[in-house]
Amino acid sequence: MAVLVFVEVGEGKVRKSSLEAVAYAHQMGSGVTAIALGTVAIAELEMLGKYGAQKVLHVADTKLDQPIIQAYASVLAKAMQDENADLLVLANSSLATPVAAKVAIKTNASFASNVVELPSTTSGFVVKRSIYTGKAFSMVELKNQKKVIALKKNAAEAKEVGGSAQVVSYSVALSDADFTTKITSTEKASGDILLPEAEIVVSGGRGMKGPEHWNILEDLAKALHAATGCSKPVSDMNWRPHHEHVGQTGVKVAPQLYIAIGISGAIQHLAGVNSSKCIVVINKDPEAPFFKAADYGIVGDAFEILPKLTEAVKSMR
Amino acid sequence: MKILVCISHVPDTTSKINFTDNGTKFDTAGVQFIIGPYDDYALARAIELKESMAGTTVTVLNVGLADTEPTIRKALAIGADDAIRVNAEPSDSFFVASQIAEHAKGYDLVLMGRESIDYNGGVVHAMVGELLGIPSLSPVMKLDIDGSHVKMSREIEGGKESVESSLPLVAGCQEPIAEWKIPNMRGIMSARTKPLKVVEATGSTKSVITQKYELPAAKGAVKMISADNVSDLVTRLKTEAKVL
Repeated sequence: MAVLVFVEVGEGKVRKSSLEAVAYAHQMGSGVTAIALGTVAIAELEMLGKYGAQKVLHVADTKLDQPIIQAYASVLAKAMQDENADLLVLANSSLATPVAAKVAIKTNASFASNVVELPSTTSGFVVKRSIYTGKAFSMVELKNQKKVIALKKNAAEAKEVGGSAQVVSYSVALSDADFTTKITSTEKASGDILLPEAEIVVSGGRGMKGPEHWNILEDLAKALHAATGCSKPVSDMNWRPHHEHVGQTGVKVAPQLYIAIGISGAIQHLAGVNSSKCIVVINKDPEAPFFKAADYGIVGDAFEILPKLTEAVKSMR
Repeated sequence: MKILVCISHVPDTTSKINFTDNGTKFDTAGVQFIIGPYDDYALARAIELKESMAGTTVTVLNVGLADTEPTIRKALAIGADDAIRVNAEPSDSFFVASQIAEHAKGYDLVLMGRESIDYNGGVVHAMVGELLGIPSLSPVMKLDIDGSHVKMSREIEGGKESVESSLPLVAGCQEPIAEWKIPNMRGIMSARTKPLKVVEATGSTKSVITQKYELPAAKGAVKMISADNVSDLVTRLKTEAKVL
């Protein structure tokens, strides 16, 4: 089966989640062609060979430097057709997921997002999806000949398997209809580690007692090269910005390590973190429900523990 | 202006999720169903727009079986004018999107949540936009209308972008687009008599079939570490959990 993988570029670099998507397609055992849109260095695309891409289509159209969903969907639908690809794989994101949905309609493909594992192809093409905000999974069969799947973080490990990919210039004629939405400005949140992609997340809850105490949490995050998050009450009280809210109705994270400080662990918060590999809970209340969902727990005062923990991390590194 | 708000009927966010019949059916025992939390934001914004623009009507649409009607009545109690229920199980994103697209023609603005909290597809808005050939955007945190011009703020990884478009438009909503509204007694009384039209689904072939459900593997017991021995935690994260 010919597979096309959309790789997303942010600030000149291929996103880590897109490397996982390339690795996923490679691990399916098929020939992998990747496609990247907008301005990006050729060397960055050749590097995709390491993760299993044989060929990379590069659409070096500066109009695509802005992530316009409709235009991206038109390019990918045409590329699927030109490459005779039966499957499009990409990593869930605010850009890629809606693009994938539109491509599925344009190509009459079966669609699944939130896919967490390699497909099973013994009887039909069946993928495992995360549902109920991480509280369960469903096995869904994609019936149509063409298929589009959007992967949840960590669906495949980005293992290095090969050398350099061949980068081929590719173009698609776009019309004004592809640019009916206009991005007038983009505002990046402060901090250089993006919460949804972070390998380590340090989150604070009401137990931090106020925004003025966040510096000790940020010190720990800095020592760990972690992103910072927070619980819903904390963002509701404007102690921290909304985009840091981790939970059922906020950002869902899936880091290697999630450290929760002063968060009791309401089921809605757990829904946002239950895909984390390892969870550490620090809370002064030994009855906090979060301990039941944790791998490691410390009962104690965050204001005493955090500085000590930061020191211990620094001395280990 | 005509606004269509699509709502999902989902288990309350505090629900424990279980399945019956050998993992093929959702266990509704003891589960309270609500308007999808993101859809609730969409509905609240629609009502705000109705209150600020004379002549605006709000229709709610749900794809679901008869058991979703109390949820639809709640949306009417919050302030929607009338409702449509497409009488079918909302089995997958494409099926739901095609039902919505069937009824969304003629509306200036189609609002819904960024995703349903049961299926978590997060794409119905994009599919409806594609099917109707109109712009779609999600997750929208701010939406203001000036004539046929729409200004929005959309959340992206690690930030937000300001986007402009024209009507008609489909938007997937999330906080802080509006404050949730709670129905008052007058709303609840009047909701009983507001029109709720039931229509049958179109197109019965499904491109996606759910075979079964699974629960995540149970978590092992938590290992407690003394607050006096914080460095032990760091050692364990490095050597035992191998996450540092």
